[in-house]
Amino acid sequence: MIEVDGLTVRYARTERPALASVSFTARAGALTAVVGPNGSGKSTVVRTLLGRVTPSAGTIRVGGAIADAGAAARAPSIELGRAPLPPEVRRTLARRLAIVPQREEPAFPLPVRDFIALGRHPHGRGFGGETATDRDAIAVAAERAAVGPLLGRWTSELSGGEWQRVRVARALAQGGEVLVLDEPTTFLDVAHEMAAFELFDDLAREGRTVLLVSHQLNLVARFADHIVLLKQGRVAADGAADDVMRGEVLESVYDWPLVVSRDPAVGAPVLVPLRGRGRR
Amino acid sequence: MSTRAALLVALVVAVAVVIGLAVGSVPLSLDALRDALLGQGDPVVRAILWDLRLPRVALGLVVGAGLALSGGAMQATLRNPLAEPYLLGVSGGAAVGAVLASVAGLLAPTVVPLAAFLGALGAVALVLAVARAAGGASDPRILVMAGVIVGAFCTAAIMVALATAPEGTVRGALWWMMGSLSDATWADVRWVGAYVAVGGALLLWLGRDLDVLALGEEPAAALGLDVDRVTRRSFLIAALVAAATVAGAGLIGFVGLVVPSLVRTLGITRVRPALALAAGVGGALVVLADAVARRVVPPAELPLGAVTALLGVPFFVWRLRAAAAR
Repeated sequence: MIEVDGLTVRYARTERPALASVSFTARAGALTAVVGPNGSGKSTVVRTLLGRVTPSAGTIRVGGAIADAGAAARAPSIELGRAPLPPEVRRTLARRLAIVPQREEPAFPLPVRDFIALGRHPHGRGFGGETATDRDAIAVAAERAAVGPLLGRWTSELSGGEWQRVRVARALAQGGEVLVLDEPTTFLDVAHEMAAFELFDDLAREGRTVLLVSHQLNLVARFADHIVLLKQGRVAADGAADDVMRGEVLESVYDWPLVVSRDPAVGAPVLVPLRGRGRR
Repeated sequence: MSTRAALLVALVVAVAVVIGLAVGSVPLSLDALRDALLGQGDPVVRAILWDLRLPRVALGLVVGAGLALSGGAMQATLRNPLAEPYLLGVSGGAAVGAVLASVAGLLAPTVVPLAAFLGALGAVALVLAVARAAGGASDPRILVMAGVIVGAFCTAAIMVALATAPEGTVRGALWWMMGSLSDATWADVRWVGAYVAVGGALLLWLGRDLDVLALGEEPAAALGLDVDRVTRRSFLIAALVAAATVAGAGLIGFVGLVVPSLVRTLGITRVRPALALAAGVGGALVVLADAVARRVVPPAELPLGAVTALLGVPFFVWRLRAAAAR
């Protein structure tokens, strides 16, 4: 579970806070999507979870099982706030929460299997090598993300879609119950995009907390249990797809003429942008 | 680590050591080398081997290992294959220290290396202070820029110091700035070796974290790494190791840049095994380059840093061609 509570983040030298008293909850067993225009604060939520941004007020609490922690798996939630996390808590958090950041380009190419194996980093330390648990977790993650055939390749040789799947596999290898993905379907074609959303949906059904930052409003409306719509660092709407995907709400948030219709095949709300004002 | 790669590197080191011991203004045969190592045969040969060649080869091994370890750590930390040990002002600061000592007439063989070491540490401290003032003592981009700025400042300081210095001083300072193992003593081997051994062990310890750091700031943070802390530690250790090598043998360019790259072409991608192998390759490269430097125009010696650069540039051209062909 991820509980964002009154989160306020200010970047240096900017007037408006990137996030102003944002609160929402991403439940376990549900797919939660954070959407909104460019600059609305979506990525700042992720950067706060990464510990790369210090909130000026408010907290994010992350709960859920800690992978490979035995009896301690049901530990109390970890709170990200104004105080930086001690290194040991960061490692524990990484065994509960896996994040796929928006952009990533390794400076040096790696074999795909080695890249996925880095997801096990928070589980080991010192000079110890790969354990049997690590090997199992890597194999399971590769299968879930459907990257088995890529294991022998190099990261530099992958297509955009393969690369995204390999990064999801690394996050799954971390083994935690909470998964955060920042724009995971950028560069994916229709089939790969659908496959990715189906995977996220499955992962949520299995009891994980899945938080997705996305621009794909129509896919989000179809798959997400819960949508948080941000505008200029504030929550503009928060609820099920039918509550958030309303013409007047979206039109004011995106400042663009649009209509919301129904998907003829599955009945989910669909956003149809119109031509700019004064055009046909 | 691939066992084959490790064996290959061990073999290369062994060959380099034998060549380094045999080559020189007095060439020694393998039989003479064996006898002298066992304490037999010609006392002159024994003296050449034990007092001159062995400390020289040993210093070459530790200096080369230190430069390669430092360069490998810098490249992973900065996520940049062009990073090298002298990046954080180490070379410029060491040169300023050495030149100032020479200009001040402090030419004792123990003073110049000490001055170089202090100069290097001073420059690294200055780089970190400049980066902190600019708002990012653990931001790779800001650190590189601070390093370049401090390096330019050091170059200017050297010019000023040398402009009014007597010719002999200029020549001595320049010679030192081009790197040399010719004054190697067992004392040098011991103290540079201590820095390289301790620093190298710490970098190997950090190797697991550097694998993750090389992915980038955000992915590394997502894997639970304290990005800023690991970055600072890695830099500081790498800079200290490089400063020790500079104090022991002057500025030897290209080793710290080329060797980690060479190890990657062997298919070693994890930082820890790559660093371990790079240490061996770096040592072998410096010993071989020193053998070339002694052999080409005996009894005169070529500057070691020039030889490593002459060997390094064709390798880099080959690498670029291979990269462009892909």
